[in-house]
Amino acid sequence: MIIPRLALRNLLGARIRTWLNVAVLSLSFVAIIIFQGFYRGLDEQGSKFKIESEYGGGQYWQQDYDAFDPLTLPDAHAKVPEALERLIQDGRAAAILVVQGTLYPNGRVMPVLIKGIDPGQKILTLPSFFLTLNGANVPALIGSRMAKSSGLRIGDTITLRWRETGGSFNALDLEITQVMNTTNPGIDNGQVWLPLEKLRSMTRMEGEANLVVLAKGVNEFPRIPGWTYKGLDTLLKDLKSMVQAKTVGGNILYTFLLLLAMLAIFDTQVLSIFKRRKEIGTLMALGMTRGAVIRLFTLEGALHGVLAALAGAAYGMPLAVFLMKKGWAMPQGTDSYGFALGNNLFPAYSAGLVIGTTVLVLTVTTIVSYLPTRKISKLKPTDALRGRIS
Amino acid sequence: MENTMLIRTEDLVKTYPMGGDKITALDHVNLTFTKGEFAGLIGPSGSGKTTLLNIIGSLDVPTQGSAEVLGKKIESLTHKQAAELRNRFIGFIFQTFNLLPVYTAFENVEFPLLLLGLTAAQRKKAVMDALQWVGLADRAKSRPSQLSGGQSQRVAIARAVVKNPALVLADEPTANLDAENSHHILHTMARLNNEMGTTFIFATHDEKVIRHLRRKIVLVDGKVTKDETLPGGEKKGRLP
Repeated sequence: MIIPRLALRNLLGARIRTWLNVAVLSLSFVAIIIFQGFYRGLDEQGSKFKIESEYGGGQYWQQDYDAFDPLTLPDAHAKVPEALERLIQDGRAAAILVVQGTLYPNGRVMPVLIKGIDPGQKILTLPSFFLTLNGANVPALIGSRMAKSSGLRIGDTITLRWRETGGSFNALDLEITQVMNTTNPGIDNGQVWLPLEKLRSMTRMEGEANLVVLAKGVNEFPRIPGWTYKGLDTLLKDLKSMVQAKTVGGNILYTFLLLLAMLAIFDTQVLSIFKRRKEIGTLMALGMTRGAVIRLFTLEGALHGVLAALAGAAYGMPLAVFLMKKGWAMPQGTDSYGFALGNNLFPAYSAGLVIGTTVLVLTVTTIVSYLPTRKISKLKPTDALRGRIS
Repeated sequence: MENTMLIRTEDLVKTYPMGGDKITALDHVNLTFTKGEFAGLIGPSGSGKTTLLNIIGSLDVPTQGSAEVLGKKIESLTHKQAAELRNRFIGFIFQTFNLLPVYTAFENVEFPLLLLGLTAAQRKKAVMDALQWVGLADRAKSRPSQLSGGQSQRVAIARAVVKNPALVLADEPTANLDAENSHHILHTMARLNNEMGTTFIFATHDEKVIRHLRRKIVLVDGKVTKDETLPGGEKKGRLP
């Protein structure tokens, strides 16, 4: 126990030099955890919004359906198979029919995806109940981004043209019954939502769909001929890749921060060994072994990490709690990158993140602290007492 | 106990490489020291005084010959054994005091006892006794930067004797002190020698110190040219 006591005493005795290093290291510490928390939050928040409003607990796609290729749509629909139909009847799935069409807002031509969904579905948070037929016009639901780009508002009537299965074009007027303020651009940009049965009858695709969204908690995914099951891992792959790319950028930033802090500690250690040669000699003369002196100096350096963790916790924890409550305001246009985040990003911290970061910082600090001390192992006490480095 | 052999050197040679050549710091030195001596290695700079003191203190090893200190052959000790010998039996006093700068006077004196593993109560008593001995009990909480040169050296003496060592090695202990402080320091060491029986070996060329030595060993170019014990057979230090 003598070495930890001496190391702490030496460290605190060095005063401003110690606290400057601790300040730099604790900043890196807090920045790593805060940044990592934001990336975790990005992942969790983005996934949550996507799952709740678009992906559900997984999806069955008609085998030719490709969400990223509208040209496949004319051939990517089929009768909903019996197994899926039963889930729909049980309220554990919702069918979606997707058709290409054109809107004519204010004399402009605007290609859109027309999506049909059951107004009574409870699988997605999409406010489909606004699609209940209650008048002569066909009700339509659009998102705020779509409303902005088309200039449409609630109560507007707009002409929609689409192509039927036979190839002939048809048109009718829609009434915008709601503009939904969704965080998920994947159900908003360039899309107009109609009642499923109405869209089926308009396109003469009775009983058909392109995809069926399963409720969360459905855990049977039987093989259905002509349909492909897409799990959340597949559906969220793009989001995860984007988060991964962002995380790599973040890692570079905090590696840089950590390197700066480590450079400061390495520098301090080298300087310390150089400046304290006589002290090292005195310690040896008083009966300390070289190994003990190396342990003492290494621990002194490593304790910077411990003090930084404590200092970081003192101001980092309130900051983290504040950010978890208030979030970080996202700049406008963030959703154009494909993230369903909303106005604020809320960081997510876990014990693993904090413990992992602490272990990483302490390990790296200890290694960096140890490296310069190897010089002591070759140091003769007589040289050290004369203030020389052997 | 008075004549118990403490140190014996036999044909002790120490050479240092210098460029392509070798410098002989000690040249076949044969000496014996007994318990309770107040002896000095005297000679000009470069005569080998500090080298001999370092070998006796197990801080260095001879190139040839043998140095036996408290029954241990210095040349055959491992680093760890040498450290233990210094820790348990040898106290050092340096010209530049070598106090640990971030520690208080109390903590500096306490340091060797921490290495010995004494309890807090034992340490406190021994440290305060030692500080009392050197007249600095009231400066226990001062840091080295708050002490004068004389006070710093007295703290260093307290640190050297706090563990009741068999041997104290003092390398030019008064070189950085004025006459008054030198006098005080010598008085303290002579009292310790007289009252506690602690053996002191000095390396010095300071006349003030030499005057109080009971045994004077003159070194010139690494060789012992004179080894003189004051008449009367009394080897203890004379109180100034």
